[in-house]
Amino acid sequence: MKPLSDPDTATTLTDEAAANPVAGIDQTKGDFQYKVDYAFDAGTGLTEDTVRYISSVKKEEPWLLEFRLKALKTFLSKPMPTHWATKDLENIDFAKIRYYLSQGQKPKRSWDEVPDDIKRTFERLGIPEQERKFLAGVEAQFDSEAAYSNIKEIVSKQGVIFVNSTEGLREHPEIFRKFFGKVIPTGDNKFSALNSAVFSGGSFIYVPPGVKVAQPLQAYFRINAENFGQFERTLIIADEGAEVVYMEGCTAPKFSTSTLHSAVVELVALRGAKIQYITVQNWANNVFNLVTKRGVAHEDAEIKWIDCNIGSRLTMKYPGVVLKGERARGEVLSIALANDGQHQDTGAKMIHAANNTTSNIIAKSISVGQGRSTYRGVVHIPKHLKGCKNNTECDALLINTNSRTDTYPAISVRGDRNATQHEASVSKVSEDMIFYMQSRGLTEAQAMSLAVNGFINDLARQFPMEYSVELKRLIDLEMEGSVG
Amino acid sequence: MSQLEIKDLHISIGDKPIVKGLNLTIKPGQVHAIMGPNGTGKSTLAKAIAGHPDYAITGGDVLLDGQSVLAMEPDERARAGLFLAFQYPSEIPGVSIANFLRAAVQARLAEGEELDATGYYKRLYAKMDLLKIDRKFTSRAVNDGFSGGEKKRCEILQMAMLEPKMALMDETDSGLDIDALRIVAEGVNSIRAAANPPGILLITHYQRLLDYIVPDHVHVMWDGRIVKSGDKSLALELEAKGYDWVKQELAPATA
Repeated sequence: MKPLSDPDTATTLTDEAAANPVAGIDQTKGDFQYKVDYAFDAGTGLTEDTVRYISSVKKEEPWLLEFRLKALKTFLSKPMPTHWATKDLENIDFAKIRYYLSQGQKPKRSWDEVPDDIKRTFERLGIPEQERKFLAGVEAQFDSEAAYSNIKEIVSKQGVIFVNSTEGLREHPEIFRKFFGKVIPTGDNKFSALNSAVFSGGSFIYVPPGVKVAQPLQAYFRINAENFGQFERTLIIADEGAEVVYMEGCTAPKFSTSTLHSAVVELVALRGAKIQYITVQNWANNVFNLVTKRGVAHEDAEIKWIDCNIGSRLTMKYPGVVLKGERARGEVLSIALANDGQHQDTGAKMIHAANNTTSNIIAKSISVGQGRSTYRGVVHIPKHLKGCKNNTECDALLINTNSRTDTYPAISVRGDRNATQHEASVSKVSEDMIFYMQSRGLTEAQAMSLAVNGFINDLARQFPMEYSVELKRLIDLEMEGSVG
Repeated sequence: MSQLEIKDLHISIGDKPIVKGLNLTIKPGQVHAIMGPNGTGKSTLAKAIAGHPDYAITGGDVLLDGQSVLAMEPDERARAGLFLAFQYPSEIPGVSIANFLRAAVQARLAEGEELDATGYYKRLYAKMDLLKIDRKFTSRAVNDGFSGGEKKRCEILQMAMLEPKMALMDETDSGLDIDALRIVAEGVNSIRAAANPPGILLITHYQRLLDYIVPDHVHVMWDGRIVKSGDKSLALELEAKGYDWVKQELAPATA
């Protein structure tokens, strides 16, 4: 146990954050850190012992330890994907990362029981307030484990399970094991292997047949410690005809050293089920955010990813849907904003594996200053299928002349009984457009943020109200800082 | 007294002088038309006064209510009461006219002051009724996919809502057929007829606009200067004799 240095005051890392305590998911808002006393610490670096430590504090069954150790081998044997991805990945020093930090493995069911040093972080982020206002359940993860997890009684009475991954494995092994690692196998990529070796936290959700969860379930992921790696594992299963909306938010303070976030999220929508997964990622701009997200949609099922990436140093994330059953639908709506020093490498994957399946991808990226945004998409429709349709639109907006955007769409549609359409555009916020708005009395920053909000308007309208308001506020803030 | 004074104004684009010593005073409520052949610096004058970054003011001054605007950013000039109706208005995809105007009105409020949304929409609808604009118009994105006539009506609506002290209207008639021209001119005339009308500087190449918006003064611009001023009959004379007449009349003076 480390000694505490004045546990009553937060280390505020910028003056701005102190001056701006307003509610909302903005960059400065997450930029603070309270000193926390960790009871469990796996130390620095990654070896078999690290994996054994994590598995033992979680009191896991032997099969799971085996699973983790095998994943570690896979992780170590796989090269970095730098032949196609950015060389910045080489700057991750796996030996300097802390892989597990927690105060305990059992989340509290009421905010009163959450230790003060952790509770005030979430209070400052406005989580308990949002829970009261519009959520059916909340899980709040602090570094490696959930500090709080609760579901409204009316929802749990319907048989809905909403717990963290450790609890899910322990209490619902029959459901968990059946789907775990099936959508995203360990060896899918280097970072899914890393997650499989050291995962902790994340949500396990099961919605029984026919149950439609009226309000969203929300998870909030908070990194508090420096040099830390957060590896949550989320598994959501919507049984036949069930419907659920899940939202996740993420923040971390700005440290001088880099932090790693590498999650794996698996969704299973059984026949006629609907899952909507919404992310507003606002990591501090020293976080490597390398996440694998994929869902399987069975017959007549629908999976929709709404993915907003605003923070982080480097994000690599391509939410996917495997359209496994007839008439399944998959959708990815993606917004990425890359400011100075950021690279948002995002996109979508749609794998058509049954007749009459449809997919839709709309990706919008904004590059500001030296920010770089990349779209990568895969759409696969094999020859033997018929009646499959895909629509892909990717639009990029450049704010300054030195901004950069790249688009790598890979669409393979075989056979003559399927249809796809692809549109891509790159536009610039021109000097004339800014002058036009200024001549109406808007400042340069106001003009830019209006242009950006206009650019994403048709997508943002599809978000739940609370999130589109936050998104707008966040963009205003980013634009304010970008005007020199 | 909201008047615009342009004093010995010199404007360059890059190293090239375009406006070479222009003097003009516009009193409140007056409409001044500036006519002249292409390339004499009419549009340059309007954009430079509004603060476009491509135009350098190399001499002289522009005063609004006795205050020089030259050190102000374009948005400060706008908030001080200047309005430029563009010859080619920009498109702002995804931003509705209603939201755009709302942001512009909000920008004129003191810091921390909240816009009264109900009052705003009431005023917007009143102005639209005055200009005979359909209610559905303001839910469209600013100028996005608009016809020439729609773009100009959008400019006039903004002018009506922002209630400037001084409006610079740059070739408002360009690209309009006769019906669209009449509608836009009616809009301007209704703004003129309202209480506290702005001073208007009307820049045009053709006399026909002045059949609909009758100016108090007409100036002929040539090679960066005003070379002839008169009342509306000057515009008719120009129409009849053509710009060559001005050139010839000037020839002995410049020789």
